[in-house]
Amino acid sequence: MEEKKIQLTIDRHVVEVNPDMTLLEAAKTIGIEIPTLCHIDLKGTCVQNKPASCRLCVVEVEGRRNLAPACATKCTPGMVVYTNSARVIRARKTIAELILSDHPNDCLTCPKCSNCELQRLVMRLNIREMPFNGGEQSVRKNELTVAIKRNMDKCIYCRRCESICNNVQSVGVLGAVRRGFNTTIAPTFDKMFTDTNCTYCGQCVAVCPVGALTERDYTDQLMRDITDPDKVVVAQPAPAIRYALGEEFGMEPGTVVTGKLATALRDLGFDYVFDTDFGADLTIMEEGAEILSRLQRHLDGDKTVKLPIMTSCCPAWVNFYEHEFPDLLDYPSSAKSPGQMFGAIAKTYWAEKMGIPREKLVVVSIMPCLAKKFECARDEFKVDGNPDVDYSISTRELARLIKRANIRFEQLPDSDFDSPLGESTGAGAIFAASGGVMEAALRTVYEVHTGKTLPHINFEQVRGLEEGIREATIDLNGFELKVCVAHTLSNARKIMDRLRAGKLDYHVVEVMACPGGCIGGAGQPYHHGNIEILKARQRAVYQEDEGKKLRKSHENPDIQKLYAEFLGKPMSEKAHHLLHTSYHDKSIH
Amino acid sequence: MAKEIKLACNVIEQVEAICDKHGNNPGELINILHEAQSLHGYLPEEMQRIIANKLGIPAQKVYGVVTFYSFFTMTPKGKHPISVCLGTACYVRGSERLLDEIKRVLNIEVGETTPDGKFSLDCLRCVGACGLAPVVMIGEKVYGRLQISEVRKILDEVAAND
Amino acid sequence: MKTLYIEDLEKIRKSAQAALLLREQSDSDNSDESCGLACGTPHLQLLCCGGTGCKASNSHKIVENLQKVIEDNGIADKVEVVTTGCFGFCEKGPIVKVIPDNTFYTQVTPEDAEEIVKSHIIGGKRVERLLYVDPKTDKHVSDSKHMDFYRKQLRIALRNCGLIDPENIEDYIARDGYMALANALTKQTPEEVIDIMKKSGLRGRGGAGFPTGMKWGFARTYQAEKKYVVCNADEGDPGAFMDRSIMEGDPHSVIEAMMICGYCIGSNNGLIYIRAEYPLAVHRLRVAIKQARELGLLGSNIFGTDFSFDIEIRYGAGAFVCGEETALIHSMEGKRGEPTLKPPFPAESGYMGYPTNVNNVETLANVPIILTKGADWFSSIGTEKSKGTKVFALAGKINNVGLIEVPMGTTLREIIYDIGGGVKNGKKFKAVQTGGPSGGLLTEKHLDTPIDYESLTAAGSMMGSGGMIVMDEDDCMVSVAKFYLEFTCEESCGKCTPCRIGNKRLLEILTRITEGKGTMEDLETLKSLGETIKDTALCGLGQTSPNPVLSSLNNFYDEYVEHVKKHICRAGQCKALLTYTISPEKCKGCGACKKNCPSDAIMGDVRKPHVINPYKCIRCGMCKSRCKFDAIQVF
Repeated sequence: MEEKKIQLTIDRHVVEVNPDMTLLEAAKTIGIEIPTLCHIDLKGTCVQNKPASCRLCVVEVEGRRNLAPACATKCTPGMVVYTNSARVIRARKTIAELILSDHPNDCLTCPKCSNCELQRLVMRLNIREMPFNGGEQSVRKNELTVAIKRNMDKCIYCRRCESICNNVQSVGVLGAVRRGFNTTIAPTFDKMFTDTNCTYCGQCVAVCPVGALTERDYTDQLMRDITDPDKVVVAQPAPAIRYALGEEFGMEPGTVVTGKLATALRDLGFDYVFDTDFGADLTIMEEGAEILSRLQRHLDGDKTVKLPIMTSCCPAWVNFYEHEFPDLLDYPSSAKSPGQMFGAIAKTYWAEKMGIPREKLVVVSIMPCLAKKFECARDEFKVDGNPDVDYSISTRELARLIKRANIRFEQLPDSDFDSPLGESTGAGAIFAASGGVMEAALRTVYEVHTGKTLPHINFEQVRGLEEGIREATIDLNGFELKVCVAHTLSNARKIMDRLRAGKLDYHVVEVMACPGGCIGGAGQPYHHGNIEILKARQRAVYQEDEGKKLRKSHENPDIQKLYAEFLGKPMSEKAHHLLHTSYHDKSIH
Repeated sequence: MAKEIKLACNVIEQVEAICDKHGNNPGELINILHEAQSLHGYLPEEMQRIIANKLGIPAQKVYGVVTFYSFFTMTPKGKHPISVCLGTACYVRGSERLLDEIKRVLNIEVGETTPDGKFSLDCLRCVGACGLAPVVMIGEKVYGRLQISEVRKILDEVAAND
Repeated sequence: MKTLYIEDLEKIRKSAQAALLLREQSDSDNSDESCGLACGTPHLQLLCCGGTGCKASNSHKIVENLQKVIEDNGIADKVEVVTTGCFGFCEKGPIVKVIPDNTFYTQVTPEDAEEIVKSHIIGGKRVERLLYVDPKTDKHVSDSKHMDFYRKQLRIALRNCGLIDPENIEDYIARDGYMALANALTKQTPEEVIDIMKKSGLRGRGGAGFPTGMKWGFARTYQAEKKYVVCNADEGDPGAFMDRSIMEGDPHSVIEAMMICGYCIGSNNGLIYIRAEYPLAVHRLRVAIKQARELGLLGSNIFGTDFSFDIEIRYGAGAFVCGEETALIHSMEGKRGEPTLKPPFPAESGYMGYPTNVNNVETLANVPIILTKGADWFSSIGTEKSKGTKVFALAGKINNVGLIEVPMGTTLREIIYDIGGGVKNGKKFKAVQTGGPSGGLLTEKHLDTPIDYESLTAAGSMMGSGGMIVMDEDDCMVSVAKFYLEFTCEESCGKCTPCRIGNKRLLEILTRITEGKGTMEDLETLKSLGETIKDTALCGLGQTSPNPVLSSLNNFYDEYVEHVKKHICRAGQCKALLTYTISPEKCKGCGACKKNCPSDAIMGDVRKPHVINPYKCIRCGMCKSRCKFDAIQVF
């Protein structure tokens, strides 16, 4: 039903809007951009923080005693609003000055410099002096984990991270403690992330407007390795990188930069530039085989078989179930993530082929993700202390490296990934979006199980950005395969709670911790609350898939060759040893 | 480094019983914390974890609540908790000077406990005995119209009566 | 559970009325004759204050001792001891009142019990030394009616405090208790009751003064499967204790009002959010709820109607901000007491998302009597926009500290000089602070302003919950502003920027000024920052927090300037600005100062004038308090 529009006046312009609109949204419709700081609303998703607490968006409303926060004040008919009166500007400036008085002054060396929302705001407000100076808080803590850097001196109490950690991810590690000027945002009992349930999903980093929460930077270590003549450095960029990296160089969101990515990595000095998409295709082979095996047992009437089988590509999701659902560890697939499969193959099959000793080979993954940094460091993924993937850098770190290396990314020519670990199919490409792993698996599972060619290769039912949980039923030769795709960990928790209660009747479940899947990963260029960016990346994912000659993992010739030359068949003993893992109870009591 | 003090089994059982009594309802968290604190004197980390587990909420939430409200404490209080009223009525009748004197005599700051564990010092806002201002409470006993010169004598008496 | 009908309530009222009648009549009689068994008085009652203040002075021991002496003398059948709520005159507590001659004994100790019983109750002779002495005439006053403290008061919200036994529901029923509820349920529609509330002009007594009837009307319009009536008993204003006294002295009036509200807005659930620091009030409420349940007043099908209601108690845990209704609701939900933006108002989405009506204790205490006596009666009291009375907790540098209730429109002068008996120790009046941390400092020039919501706001203060602190020439206005800011900084929830950081910066500037390090620019910053905080903070706490600073700047600007330019604190409160010296003429060299100096700053030989080392002196004032010869000078 069309809602009745209402009229109001903003800065002497008459505006007609829906009555449920806030002043902030109404002003935007006529091109008035009221500054905000605490507010974030990734429209259509659950990524929201609307505490109306920073007070930077205050506006003057005629007839009202005090100023009103535009982000949370609803439009009413006949309202007369000023967003830039002297009173408003003075108040806004004072508030920004207050925030600055409790914020370090080290912008130039801050990792968030030029991406900092506070910095932009201070520039917009033309603040040239710091009239307030006083005591800063002493109880705030800093921490450097393998994945996330916490520098809480920079925290401005927007509470976005708290909203994400609790409402979106349901992990509940970050939150406000104490009160008044001594309020801090801290993990449970003011402990370090390492002593909590933190999954390193990094979504707190993705929304932090300032430099309080950032990724741990591995770029200097990478440059050291690249310049070390004794080392062979191999790059494997994840599927999601190519749909977002261009944004860092002013390209339109949704621009696919696969070819430029390969060129840039080579220009940076990587000895070999492969592709995690290859690992994704390999994952489908293993995970698909595992799905088929469990299904077969199920069809054979085996009551002990654990269904649904759950994807295990997302390292934050793995951490999540190890922490919180230790009783259900035999449901997720034992298949390693694409990045780790790639590492295991690179350091065995490929290294042997090339005659490179393991200790001289450095495998670096470029990931849209911060949890991958944690995943690389897991003991399960090391051989005699040497990790399969040495470390992981994020999309943002890669962009910084490219900029520092004087490379004009947007002008780079395209090139191909190296062979043999650079070949991939459309199935690998769609791993980047929520529902992609499921769709890729379905393409292979269907054909292997039924022996028929898929009539429609696209499984539109499992695609999407806004619904947190999507379901579909696929006809496998008369057998109704029920699948489910969930993204964000709060949705994963709903699934797991139902599983624990014995009320889940799916056969396969995909979970990704980040909103929208890896395209919304915490290592990606900042979206600053703009959902259109995620939508553009998602469109790019399926566009890349459509353009691929091969779109099913089992059709990847290099994968076929790998099995023929080295692994035998999916879930063989060798495959099991190299490509599968186990999970452990990591609950904190 | 905080020492890991394990709660006695019966304390754990009692805290769990308190949660059960309130239907393990997260909405009852503050009532539960009140009862747990009056049971054990303070709310150590382990106790907060037990309560969080029972109520099915993150321990961070419990910690956030405990640190928000001044009534809750995570450190054991002295045998004789001293509370100096800093309500306005007491303030204008000189309670701040009383507080200074108590700090001086006991050689502790607000929020601290004497090394012998006998006294802990806190401030509170209005016990509602403004007619007796300035007011200091030691344990349950209210000392009204207290003079700076009486402080040492009273503290000595309380300590001697142990 | 049996149903209590209106006829049953009538019966209880009749049977309980005799005892109360004696007290009520004595209150209106004007006899100066004392009574006693020896004078032929057949029956006497001793009312003893059982409020927190008097209990702190051992009033429960007085009751015990009185009872023991009465029993020892075998007169227990003729003499009754009743523990009541607060009489209000806390300065002179503990108070014991004798009925029927209405003798008002002050500052009674447990040891006085025997004399009161033997001399007065048995012998018919008043104990003169325990009577109040009128400071103006120096004469004993036996009867509270003749005391200035009570003469200008009008007790509506406090009507039962000090008169009934709060732990005896029959006492309350005898005073027409629960009759308003019974009538509303059986004879009036919710709309009619809301209409009466609207016409009465009653406004919220918790601070902001929102019209109560209108609030109920809003809550009624929202449809939901559940609704809540919340009593805000989280009295956090330091120095205000009227809500506590009402709950301690007349808990049933609050319960009855919550039920009436429940009937009006369509709610069956009551919640009382009370400070955990009020154990006695909690106890009295629990007893009252239990008694009301036992009688069938709380429960289902009340008075045989289809209205059901019950009440639960929720505890606060020491957070001033929880007086703000959205913060209070979050606290009751087991969360951090952080306010959220209104709208949505609690009337639409409150406790657990259900429509919720929050009223303060004093507001509720007015409700039953408004229904009993009518909207016209209530609205005839007070000023044009503020009807009825207001309870104030009068404290500070005033002779008669206590809880008073006066009609709206009474002037500050009447309160301070007539009721309060003027400034203590004959000092000069300097300021009166109303509204607690949200209010402001008013001066001499405001003394003749009739008090109501609007006039206090216009004067730069506010009604607040009713704290009223009198200050004299020894109080430094900068320090007082700093005191309130310290409170606000400690109690701020920390959610919004202006309150979290802004108030901290205000406090730092004030601290600088009190240390003689302030600049004239600081004064400008105080004003502009204070105004921005008022303009931008999220909740009522933040929006009013700069009031003490702004009003003191407004009214005592000279004092600020003195601190900044001359480094002088005329009240002698700002330690850093003081210099202690010893007058060599007056000093006898007794050594008392030297012995007591905590920082070894005093030197001198016995019987010779001592001197203070200004570098070591910490300005604690110990020497001055110990010197018997007035030799210590402070500049």
